[in-house]
Amino acid sequence: MKLLLCLITLILLAGCKESAENNTKSEDHSALKKSVVETYANIVFANYEDSHKLAVVLKDKIDDFIAMPNADKFEACKKAWLAAREPYGLTEAFRFAGGPIDDEDGPEGNINAWPLDENYIDYVRGADSSGIINNTETYPEISKEVLTDLNEKGGETNISIGFHAIEFLLWGQDDIDTKLKSPGKRPYTDYLTSGGTAKNQQRRGIYLKTVVEILVEDLHSMVKEWDPAVKGNYREKLLAMDSSEAIKNILTGIGTLSKSELAGERMFVALDNQDQEDEHSCFSDNTHRDIILNAQGIRNVFTARYQRIDGTVVEGSSLLDLTNKINPELGAKAAEMSQKTVSNCEAIPVPFDLALTQEKVGGKGPIMKAVLSLQDQGDVFTEVATALGVKIGTELPE
Amino acid sequence: MNFCRAILISVSFFLLACEKQVEKETNNGSAELASLLEEGEHLPGGKLNTVQDISPNAFSFPSPALKKMEKLNFFVGNSFFKTNWVASPASTKARDGLGPTFNSRSCAGCHLKDGRGSPEFAGKMTTGLLLRLSIPGKDKNGGPLPEPVYGGQLNDHGIPNVPHEGSIKVEYEEIKGEYPDGTQYSLRKPTYSIEDLQYGPLHKDVMISPRVGQHIIGMGLLEAIPEKDIIANADPEDKNNDGISGRANYVWDAVEGKKSLGRFGWKANQPSVKQQTAGAFLGDIGITTSLNPGQNYTQAQKEAQLAPEGGKPEMDDDDLDKTVLYVANLAVPYRRNHKEPEILQGKKLFNQAQCQACHVPKFTTGDHPDFSNLSNQTIFPYTDLLLHDMGPELADNRPDFEADGNEWRTPPLWGLGLIKTVNNHTFLLHDGRARSIEEAILWHGGEAEKSRDLFKNLSAKERELLIKFVESL
Repeated sequence: MKLLLCLITLILLAGCKESAENNTKSEDHSALKKSVVETYANIVFANYEDSHKLAVVLKDKIDDFIAMPNADKFEACKKAWLAAREPYGLTEAFRFAGGPIDDEDGPEGNINAWPLDENYIDYVRGADSSGIINNTETYPEISKEVLTDLNEKGGETNISIGFHAIEFLLWGQDDIDTKLKSPGKRPYTDYLTSGGTAKNQQRRGIYLKTVVEILVEDLHSMVKEWDPAVKGNYREKLLAMDSSEAIKNILTGIGTLSKSELAGERMFVALDNQDQEDEHSCFSDNTHRDIILNAQGIRNVFTARYQRIDGTVVEGSSLLDLTNKINPELGAKAAEMSQKTVSNCEAIPVPFDLALTQEKVGGKGPIMKAVLSLQDQGDVFTEVATALGVKIGTELPE
Repeated sequence: MNFCRAILISVSFFLLACEKQVEKETNNGSAELASLLEEGEHLPGGKLNTVQDISPNAFSFPSPALKKMEKLNFFVGNSFFKTNWVASPASTKARDGLGPTFNSRSCAGCHLKDGRGSPEFAGKMTTGLLLRLSIPGKDKNGGPLPEPVYGGQLNDHGIPNVPHEGSIKVEYEEIKGEYPDGTQYSLRKPTYSIEDLQYGPLHKDVMISPRVGQHIIGMGLLEAIPEKDIIANADPEDKNNDGISGRANYVWDAVEGKKSLGRFGWKANQPSVKQQTAGAFLGDIGITTSLNPGQNYTQAQKEAQLAPEGGKPEMDDDDLDKTVLYVANLAVPYRRNHKEPEILQGKKLFNQAQCQACHVPKFTTGDHPDFSNLSNQTIFPYTDLLLHDMGPELADNRPDFEADGNEWRTPPLWGLGLIKTVNNHTFLLHDGRARSIEEAILWHGGEAEKSRDLFKNLSAKERELLIKFVESL
């Protein structure tokens, strides 16, 4: 009897709730939300696929170079590295979102760890026997396992693998006067096994080949996590998630990259310390691209539009569309913010290491302007989240 | 509309009645467990300083309530914390001045990802263990008297042209034990020695105290606990006869120029986040600051006296303050499963074993002078910040201000279950000898002996629940 009563009341209650909702015209936009999450997943997949593809190209160039080192092949490796950074820089907008890139066993620290202490890997000016490469006694064998194990061992800047390790192995230290606007100038002869420069050329070659192999594998693991054809991966999990929860994660990701990682860690620190050691791609002087790509990646996620490396476009329902439906005024503000932020990042003079020494700390130069708009953009994302009925960033668990 | 509301109210009433009935019928004892839940305990850093993250970066988030400019400076502080310092002269001007002798090139060398160090070695570098040195007597401020040749701490590295001081040697011996229920266990007992001494023999009465880096979340919150609330738990004469004394350490406060309550470090020998941070910069990395303007060497270390310096001081006040901002404002991760019946059962056992007598769960912070987000927060650190005699097995036999050779400060337990995720290990206690929470409990002696024996007398299932609770913190 009690149970029956309960059931009846439940049914009545459900009925009431529904009619109340209809009366207040509160739509929950569930179909649109679902489509937003799906588009996001499509973009993430396409972006990682591109990133993996260009990492494979980089690997081919490096294998070719190490097989028979010469100056042209060395330049080809550097070009391939710069090219591979382009799609990867955009994927950073998928970080901090509870996704596979930086979950408990995520590969982010293997792929893109920085800042990196050069002499953990190889010789530097004034220490020609430093680093894993020259330490034949402690590390007789250079293998994927050894290098992966050594990553972040005994210190956060003890970085042995990833994009920036490869960058250092290709460009070398950039301790050249920033006014000369030159990246590092490692000679290709560091890899010549007979008559070459520096010590342990063969080990250096093995090291470089090994690191790029690990990079390709790690990026491939991301492709698999987002591939619609793979069962039981993260994409499947995300699409099965409550759409609002998924949107919360997506917004947390781009908000955190905008406000904390990019504005703080990657830009303000270098400006405040006035030190090129604190810029993101310090060996190749490619930091300006890192910054623009991160900002563009955030915009890609928010506006749900990604132009692939072959020129085709992946797009669909966006967070911006959803915001416009719920609060057109906020949508317009967010759209403008996102556009402005990318422009402000593009307006920073190149190279970044020169720009930072020419800007007054505490002033309103181009770097600080971009930093502030990235912070403001983070706040706008928080507003968007509130409008969509979720809480992000500074939110507290229940 | 009105009609609907009327029905709503009445059905709600019915529904409530239904729910209550169900609760009564199905939940035997769960009401008692539910009563163990404390308001806000899932937010151990308080409402303003807790983050919802359990990734390998769980200890590295800024307090969400930091103001905009503070948040930017937090990252600058982070750069001084995580990046390796280099010997002077160097191309980097921001972080030169390493050594002349040192233990680690960065703070993160021993507090990787703001987490806990381990007694293991990476190549020749320790990943978080150091040895404090002293001889009988007290220095002019009442602190330990440094070893005359090697100073207050063994630096196992030197910059080029400066010999390191010596190398740490650790040997472990397995000690078998048994629970009353017959379950076997084994603890590893360390013996420390110093070999490869570069500046002659150590003083004949040298005392050695091993320490590993602790995880450093919520430091500013601990700093903001009112002194009177810490003292309220002290019971130096054990007047309440529970076998637990709890003594405050009073230590030299260089900023105030007088003795203050010690809060930080394994023996509560540092009064503030700033002094703790500046002390570690000098003692562990060899970086001078306005608080410690003199380089870290003794008269016997001639090569060190000739080494170039990275500025006077090597780190200016602005950079030190930003690092202090960073350390003080590392947020505390939230509790993931505090409501689960198993966790609450574990909590009940934790209390029954009197663990909470020293690992005091809750405090409310007072006013923090520098950061308003740290003020008036209800926090759950699980420490009393007091010294306790932990028995001869754990003793370092080296006094530190008021702390005697048997005493250690109760370490906070918040974040303990995430150390494995952040640092890939579960080494605990002051020298990382315990390989798990279980071993750490089994090492408890002295004032904690009774609690340890209560734990040992639990059933295997109950012991597991208690450990699960500690992991949930």
